[in-house]
Amino acid sequence: MKKKLISAVLCGVMAASMLAGCGDIETASEPASDSSDSAAVADDAASAASGDSADADAAGSASSEAAPTAVTTAGDPNGTHMEMWSFVEAHNNFYAKMLDQWNKENPDRTLEITFTTYPYGDMHQKLLMSLQTGEGAPDLCDVEMGQVPNIYEGLDTWLYPLDDAMAPYKADMLASRLDAYKGSDGKQYGAPFHVGATVMYWNMAELEKYGITKDDVDAVTTWDDYTALGKKYVAARGEDGKFFTSVDTGGTDWMWLAMAEYGEDWTGGFDGTANVQLDSVKKMLTMQQGWLKDKVAEVSPDGHVDLEAGYQNILDHNIVSFPKALWYMSRFINYMPEEKGNWYITKCPVFEAGQKCSVGIGGTGTVVTQQSKDAKLAADFLCFAKMSPEGEQSIWNDLGFDVCNTSLWTDDKFAHDKTNQYNAFFQDYPYDVLASIKDQIGTVMTVKISPTINEQMCTTTLNEVLEDGTSVDDALKEAQDAVELEE
Amino acid sequence: MKAKKFLYSQKTAPYIFALPFILSFIIFWIYPLISAFVMSFQDIGAISVKFVGFKNYGKLLKDTVFHTAILNSFEYMLFTCLLLIPFPMLYAVLMDGNLVKAKGLWKALLYLPALTSVVISGTLFRLMFSEYRTGQMNVLMVMLGLPAIKWLKSKVTSEIALLMLCCWRWTGVNTLYFMSGLKAIDKSLYESAEIDGASGWQRFKFITIPLIKPTTIYVLTISVYAGLSMFLESFMLWAGNSSPKNIGLTIVGYLYKRGIEKDDMGYACCVGVVLLIIALIINFIQLALNGTFKKEDR
Repeated sequence: MKKKLISAVLCGVMAASMLAGCGDIETASEPASDSSDSAAVADDAASAASGDSADADAAGSASSEAAPTAVTTAGDPNGTHMEMWSFVEAHNNFYAKMLDQWNKENPDRTLEITFTTYPYGDMHQKLLMSLQTGEGAPDLCDVEMGQVPNIYEGLDTWLYPLDDAMAPYKADMLASRLDAYKGSDGKQYGAPFHVGATVMYWNMAELEKYGITKDDVDAVTTWDDYTALGKKYVAARGEDGKFFTSVDTGGTDWMWLAMAEYGEDWTGGFDGTANVQLDSVKKMLTMQQGWLKDKVAEVSPDGHVDLEAGYQNILDHNIVSFPKALWYMSRFINYMPEEKGNWYITKCPVFEAGQKCSVGIGGTGTVVTQQSKDAKLAADFLCFAKMSPEGEQSIWNDLGFDVCNTSLWTDDKFAHDKTNQYNAFFQDYPYDVLASIKDQIGTVMTVKISPTINEQMCTTTLNEVLEDGTSVDDALKEAQDAVELEE
Repeated sequence: MKAKKFLYSQKTAPYIFALPFILSFIIFWIYPLISAFVMSFQDIGAISVKFVGFKNYGKLLKDTVFHTAILNSFEYMLFTCLLLIPFPMLYAVLMDGNLVKAKGLWKALLYLPALTSVVISGTLFRLMFSEYRTGQMNVLMVMLGLPAIKWLKSKVTSEIALLMLCCWRWTGVNTLYFMSGLKAIDKSLYESAEIDGASGWQRFKFITIPLIKPTTIYVLTISVYAGLSMFLESFMLWAGNSSPKNIGLTIVGYLYKRGIEKDDMGYACCVGVVLLIIALIINFIQLALNGTFKKEDR
């Protein structure tokens, strides 16, 4: 009888330990059994793998994967002390640099900041928990675009609105980018790093070998032109495994571009209802199915171009053009340095003349929390660091982002600086392209339903359409049903 | 004086000694368990928490992704039990006999993978099974004259990769369990059986298998539990919690996705409670079938 009781209890305990992940506790379960330690180490794993998050925007996203927690303190020891978190060490180095300048220019409002770098998943989780419990949040914190809906959900009970602090710099800033970091109450909660404008990257060195010139590339204005040029290239090359471009099953950048071109948004914004059965999305997917059929495109190895296999695919010249945000430039510098001088940047093709031709993707909306000792001071420093002309200069030179201050885009000294590694790497000046599309950069909102849509697309819909050849209408209908379940 | 009497009392001492365990059990097990159960009836927002009755459970019934996750976890559990009990038992028997030379080396080789972190081995397997032309497995396929395969994009091939990772990692551990079980069997039984003219197979069937049963039950129980709670292997193999058409999503993965990634603790707790119930049922059935609940003096 006793044995029966004991075994029943043991059995219960063992099963109960599966709930460990839910209650956030670590388990001392049975000795090395078939992966029984999985629940306990789940947190570590999350941090280790999340560097691959599709939209993580920074140059250091790959290196943050295994980076140990780095802590540095900078600034004036007699100033107000603050805490700041980021998930990319390069961001913190940038803030530390701007902190010195701030202290020089504002001797009566000096700051000392302790910068801590956490892995991507850990940091956002910690921040969310500390905001929910009302204790332990830093004064300032980076928030990656994909996490914005979670963190901004608490509006001004959690976060300090930046509208006042931003006012001096706002005039030159790209409005659509600031809108991306507004809460559902219309207040500004995040300060941006970059536009993340989507542009077309072309491997000119490779294209020219097969008789396609810069003039041909410049002449591409619509997707029909693009398709025609693709067919021409593939026919001229006539090699197995060599394609014009690659389409993504693990990322929604192509869909975002299509939506921006038609001015649509599958999230429906803050108040609307989500609808993925949009004409723009259908057109893009149908076109991509056609490309796959005609061997103009392949499916990106591992799902999208911003992964190891994607870089290798580009290095092997298996694809020669693709649309991606301007921050992808840093991937060339970091992972494909041998491609220097080969690549050319243009604006993206459109479906119909007169449409917008770009969309802002990814980003970091840095926030000031309500738990800050001096939220106003923190906000003033943050906006100085990320939005002042000095700050923007450093963002471009050190981080390689396309800054949001539009007046700098046409500033010759800023945009055409030959010593800048990005200017030196590509055949044309990235900012010339950016300036030419200034009024054509659309926005797709990131709201509460966004992660659900994104996930449905990346796990199921895009795979069905592009890998299995399922009809676009059926796949989108299925996606719509899944999304509606969540609303 | 009173305190001393209290401490030395035969009645209270056991409770005092057991107190640390009981306390930690209550704080870290019972409390979260009850709390998770309560939370499964709530909608937990950023600022407000409200009771929604059975709404979460109702949603779970319609949630096809959750159904996929359950199916995946079950499949994985079933296959790991089928692979990770007979083979380690066989290896242990071989290692126990005189057929194998350099036993220490084999034992070490088999056990070595268990020492690597799942994070590292998962990443290695992801690269090995990469759909890219230069992935190890695809190079092998091409060498054999077969077309390259997108391993981690279809159900069958990804299951193979997952099971290979699992077997590579845990065969050694289970072999170790069986070997210690074999050590406990009295050698004279084999000797007398041999004298009676029993063949090797008969000795295995009528001596080894019955006497090793406690070990088998233990390994089976933890395998069932571990199979159902598998998360990290699939998380590492697909570099995240999202796999094409959710072929690699497990119940715990789904719980993590809902609770942490989507910050929907109420729904995640609901998933957790359902997982708890499923695991309890399976383990009770399994233990009952094995006779663990039968009276000791059979």
